[in-house]
Amino acid sequence: MNTFLWVIVPYLCLAVFVVGHIWRYRYDKFGWTTRSSQLYEDRLLRLGSPLFHFGMLGAVGGHVVGLLLPQSWTDAVGISDAAYHWGAVLGGLAAGVMLVVGMAILIYRRRTVGPVFSATTPMDKVMYAVLGVVVLLGMWNTVLGASGLEHYNYREGVSVWYRSFLAFQPQPELMAEAPIGFKLHALSAFVLFALWPFTRLVHVFSAPVGYVTRPYIVYRSRDERPLGNAAPRRGWDRVGS
Amino acid sequence: MRVMAQMAMVMNLDKCIGCHTCSVTCKQAWTNRAGTEYVWFNNVETRPGLGYPRGYEDQDTWQGGWVRKPNGRLELKAGGRWKKLFTIFSNPKMPSIQDYYEPWTYDYETLLNSPQTDTFPVARPKSLLSGKDMQVQWSANWDDDLGGSQEHAVRDEMLKGIEDKVKLEFEQTFMFYLPRICEHCLNPSCAASCPSGAIYKREEDGIVLVDQDRCRGWRMCVSGCPYKKVYFNHKTGKAEKCTFCYPRIEVGIPTVCAETCVGRLRYIGLMLYDADRVLEAAAVEDEHDLYEAQRSVFLDPRDPEVERAALAAGIAPDWIEAAKKSPVLRLINDYKVALPLHPEYRTMPMVWYIPPLSPVVDVIKETGHDAEDRGNLFAAIEALRIPVEYLANLFTAGDVEPVNDVLRKLAAMRSYMRDINLGRDTDESIPEAVGMTGEEMYEMFRLLAIAKYADRYVIPTAHAEQAHALEELATDCPVSSYDDNDMYFGEGSGPLTPVAVENFEMLRRRQTTDTVAAPPEKSRRVNLLNWDGRGTPEGLFPPKDGA
Ligand code: SF4
Ligand code: SF4
Repeated sequence: MNTFLWVIVPYLCLAVFVVGHIWRYRYDKFGWTTRSSQLYEDRLLRLGSPLFHFGMLGAVGGHVVGLLLPQSWTDAVGISDAAYHWGAVLGGLAAGVMLVVGMAILIYRRRTVGPVFSATTPMDKVMYAVLGVVVLLGMWNTVLGASGLEHYNYREGVSVWYRSFLAFQPQPELMAEAPIGFKLHALSAFVLFALWPFTRLVHVFSAPVGYVTRPYIVYRSRDERPLGNAAPRRGWDRVGS
Repeated sequence: MRVMAQMAMVMNLDKCIGCHTCSVTCKQAWTNRAGTEYVWFNNVETRPGLGYPRGYEDQDTWQGGWVRKPNGRLELKAGGRWKKLFTIFSNPKMPSIQDYYEPWTYDYETLLNSPQTDTFPVARPKSLLSGKDMQVQWSANWDDDLGGSQEHAVRDEMLKGIEDKVKLEFEQTFMFYLPRICEHCLNPSCAASCPSGAIYKREEDGIVLVDQDRCRGWRMCVSGCPYKKVYFNHKTGKAEKCTFCYPRIEVGIPTVCAETCVGRLRYIGLMLYDADRVLEAAAVEDEHDLYEAQRSVFLDPRDPEVERAALAAGIAPDWIEAAKKSPVLRLINDYKVALPLHPEYRTMPMVWYIPPLSPVVDVIKETGHDAEDRGNLFAAIEALRIPVEYLANLFTAGDVEPVNDVLRKLAAMRSYMRDINLGRDTDESIPEAVGMTGEEMYEMFRLLAIAKYADRYVIPTAHAEQAHALEELATDCPVSSYDDNDMYFGEGSGPLTPVAVENFEMLRRRQTTDTVAAPPEKSRRVNLLNWDGRGTPEGLFPPKDGA
């Protein structure tokens, strides 16, 4: 059972995640978009979307630190466990509250604003449900940890397992000892990763960082590849193709 | 000097009758799909009026285009790259669908399915966004023909600063139509605003396009374009904009809006310009200098030095020839009667306009004076501050002098041509008064009034050697004419004829032949798609016995 939950399922989801993205990028560049609904409604989005996205960036940042940085490293630079704990709890709570409030606004908006609701696909709904579960479970763990009701040092459990998973030497027994909240959070997150390439979440991977350095105006020659349905005729392929 | 070619358009506003044919044919060609219901690549607005989307010219609100910073450099008005990225989750300047209009259809079913009733059944408007009943409150042309009305025109941004002089009383009002497409700017702020780099300017002909495979729906171009000519397709989640009908331009035929324009007021041709000087010109300090600055960026292809530089820059000889014959070049640089729309946005727009003389002429006519007399016209241009200042706000960032010059030229042409039409001796002092020769004036008249198709549209075809890369010419066969004669091995053989060309040729044939539907050179072939239902085209039925 442990092997199934903490080895097979995660690797399956990871495989779907990677292959799914490659497939989607090759066959559906046209569908690769944020599918923004700002045109329909602005007032709620103006509040909810930045809250949600910046909260999410904070949460992702927290996960990178918590999951990928070994405890020995923070110890080495002289951050005490208590300092780390409070930093993580406060940062996690701030990001989590932004995230949850933002998401609540966005879901409320999606349901109540007519045009936005009718532009919502079934895939969107599934994605929202899974994402909501992941976020709420994560929030649950953070709150439990902050209130001191639960003493679990995930940096000696979940994090080590996660790194072992990424290194392809999984240690499922570490996960088996984790509290149920962490287990569920991790599992639902893997489901989300498996869904990812087939949802609008793909827009995460087109975060336009290149914008900062590229020249303002882009010049391009007419497309080299034939467009539309009129392919070059046989025998007329370009030199070198 | 870095010579580049730009496909450009000039519209002669005096001839626009506001029929919206251009908008409708454009919509049929490009935006008759779900998600683009509200998208009008071409729209015709009544001025004074609010335009489309409502009040788009108010850049204090919309923050489109560029501004000149104190250090003399240009910056996007809505903020630089970091600010763009920071506000990417909710674009603060994005117009909402209400600023355009909520697209709708009617519930026609009720008309068909209604049981017998005493009252006539009504088809209710249904929103195309939510599918619910809705109240129609605005649309792309809600203030059509209401120029000057208290309700709408007073909110026209271009009347700011002259509002006290403007009495929008009915009898003192003036009105004209302004057809608008994307300006295919030399310094496009839409492209500069796009975080993904999906909007690009084609090197060959300067057409600005959105790469649909690279657009990620960040919406920054929508707010970045001061003319609001990038639209967001709410079904696909991608930006779309006027394409200058590039598949047609590539094969040498004009855009759909120009082709179908009832007033025949659109001119299409090439402009050569010095790409190295664009930024400098767009950043001149005084807004009033922007018109002249942009003109100074254009190069004269008839200058041998320019021609050499253009050849060196890889511009093909046939394109340079076309640039020499460009009607756009003549209107912008030779006669100087065309002006750019809102040069103050500093995007260097490339669809220019000949301002209308009609507001002036109409006033003279109403007072019972001779509206073709040079003296009357010149005096009226001086006296009628309001229309002139309004036009200046549109075309020269508020500088009335260039507008006055153009109007005087148009007025002079009017009186000069009257003498010719009445068979009287011409008065050479008339063209002289506006700095032209009689011959120039006559040539200008011909171009403005009676130019033939081939004079209005001088469009070189895309290079044959690149042809296989183009959408419509996906073949390497260097065919420059699509005569039916080059079908050597029977009908249907030979290179594929692009659909646009085939349709175009068929229409042309039908419009220019005397027979009803059958093209003489193809007596046995009947294309029912192009049959207008009149008569029995030859070849539709087998020949009768004995006939
Ligand atoms: S007018 Fe056209 S080219 Fe110019 S900024 Fe707007 S969309 Fe871009
Ligand atoms: S088709 Fe021509 S005349 Fe009619 S509205 Fe359009 S530009 Fe004006």
